[in-house]
Amino acid sequence: MIRFDGVSKVYRSGNRPALHDATLEVKPGEFVFLVGASGSGKSSFLRLILREERASSGQIHVLGQDLGRLSNRKVPHYRRNLGVVFQDFRLLPTKTVFDNVAFALRVLGKSEAFIHDAVPEVLGLVGLGNKENRLPHELSGGEQQRVAIARAVVNKPAILLADEPTGNLDPATSNGIMDVLRNINTAGTTVLMATHDTAIVNQMQKRVIELSEGRIIRDEASGSYQTKAHAIIADDFEPTRADSQPILVEPLDFDPIPDFDPMSPSSEAVDLSYLDRLKDEDPL
Amino acid sequence: MSFNFVLIEAWNGLRRNVSMVVSVILVTLVSLTFVGSAVLLQLQVQSMKSFWYDKAQVAVYLCTEYSTLGQCDQAEASPDQIASVEAQLKSGTLKPYIDKYYFENHDEAYKNFTEQFKGSGVVDLVTPDLLPQTFWVNLKDPTQSAIIFEAVGGMSGVESVVDQRSYLDGIFSMLNAASLTAVGVAVLMLVAAALLIATTIRLSAFSRRRELAIMRLVGASNWFIQTPFILEGVVAATVGSLLACGAIAGIIVFFVDGFLQSSLPTTAFIQLSDSWIVFPVLLGLGALLAASSAYVAISRYLRV
Repeated sequence: MIRFDGVSKVYRSGNRPALHDATLEVKPGEFVFLVGASGSGKSSFLRLILREERASSGQIHVLGQDLGRLSNRKVPHYRRNLGVVFQDFRLLPTKTVFDNVAFALRVLGKSEAFIHDAVPEVLGLVGLGNKENRLPHELSGGEQQRVAIARAVVNKPAILLADEPTGNLDPATSNGIMDVLRNINTAGTTVLMATHDTAIVNQMQKRVIELSEGRIIRDEASGSYQTKAHAIIADDFEPTRADSQPILVEPLDFDPIPDFDPMSPSSEAVDLSYLDRLKDEDPL
Repeated sequence: MSFNFVLIEAWNGLRRNVSMVVSVILVTLVSLTFVGSAVLLQLQVQSMKSFWYDKAQVAVYLCTEYSTLGQCDQAEASPDQIASVEAQLKSGTLKPYIDKYYFENHDEAYKNFTEQFKGSGVVDLVTPDLLPQTFWVNLKDPTQSAIIFEAVGGMSGVESVVDQRSYLDGIFSMLNAASLTAVGVAVLMLVAAALLIATTIRLSAFSRRRELAIMRLVGASNWFIQTPFILEGVVAATVGSLLACGAIAGIIVFFVDGFLQSSLPTTAFIQLSDSWIVFPVLLGLGALLAASSAYVAISRYLRV
């Protein structure tokens, strides 16, 4: 379904590769977590599958297509097989829930009759059956993400890519989103989800692929979020207060290890580099 | 269905961007009006050339009592001199080139002169003896006037030989300069129009960048994403072209046929019916310009 053979990605401005010699295979129907610190290559990984980027070396096969040989002209057609969900939802603020989901079908030239069947069905699937006519700003974050998921899967893609879909949501809401993703996966869609959300990864017990500085350092079936990297940070953390009485230590006014807070999924500084790159493409 | 969607998108783009669209319309209007005027001037020059060049004669002016130029010595050309000039015109060397010629004496010249300048004060100052007797020569090929110059220019009793085409050439070079100027202005304005259309389309794309990003993610085809923007540019430019056509028609009807024709009744000016060819040229040029600059502008957004 998805196969990487020795894939490396080097950005023109970057001094180190965003992805280094990655080899892996994802089978149909799998649910895969991509974990790793910011800048570890998770987003590059997803962008490569989306064919927003081309690999610098190595081969990527998705759904039987060799992405290195896929011409730009054929990319739109290829992407119809993929659904994508982002941390920031990316809904159209002036369109209703129904129209946001319908937009994905309208731009593919689907008939109105088909749209009026498919959209309510998928909104029911994500649990928004009664909110068709709301505008995005009238919805909670979790509901907005459900709309985004509905839009991603309304065309029944074979693969769903999710780039930190719970990054802006509280744990309870995140669990609701994960239920939706699990249902979609159970229905046969392969799900690839990049995340920092320790609790979710530990709880789902699905395949975990961990990236660090562009390398795959772990690939476990039924894995958890726990990593070597965190163990090292934890070791470093202890000695800092060993030589003084705890009561004399002034509290820091910032979190020295923002990534190490298992209770808060959004505690890490949000990785906005992807958005910046998107902005650069705008002419103004 | 999807075509409808494209049309609606294009219409929304136009509506959201009114001031830019109006400026595109105005710049297209002005630039295409200049293009049209240049074409009209060229049409006018061509029609005047074909009208006048065939009628243009070579005039062999003979001496009068007052002329000091050429072979004259303040003496009227004598009948002998006139006869020898005529003999030269009839001779075997010139005959193949001359279609016909005729002699105009003082009184005929005066008659023609008073008719031509009727109402002008100059008529009162002129007497028949001031106007030279003239051989008017029609050549078979009007471009070969040099032969007449050589043959009779140096004969005694001939004041000067004038090809009427030399007067026309002055007018034509003036008209040509005017149409070149119009073309120059038109090219500058067309460049401005192309840049303005590109900017407008980029603004329009920027205001719809969210939609564009989603369209690309869900795999909308490139033509589906491009077409609304190209249509937007083409519609704006076409409105400008139509207005330019109106302006050109107005210039012909009110200025050329109305004002110029009545003040210069003997000149054949172009009519609206002669100039219909200008309109499709303007419409096509406007649409092509808009489509290509909009295409270039929007392509940036479609790099995958």
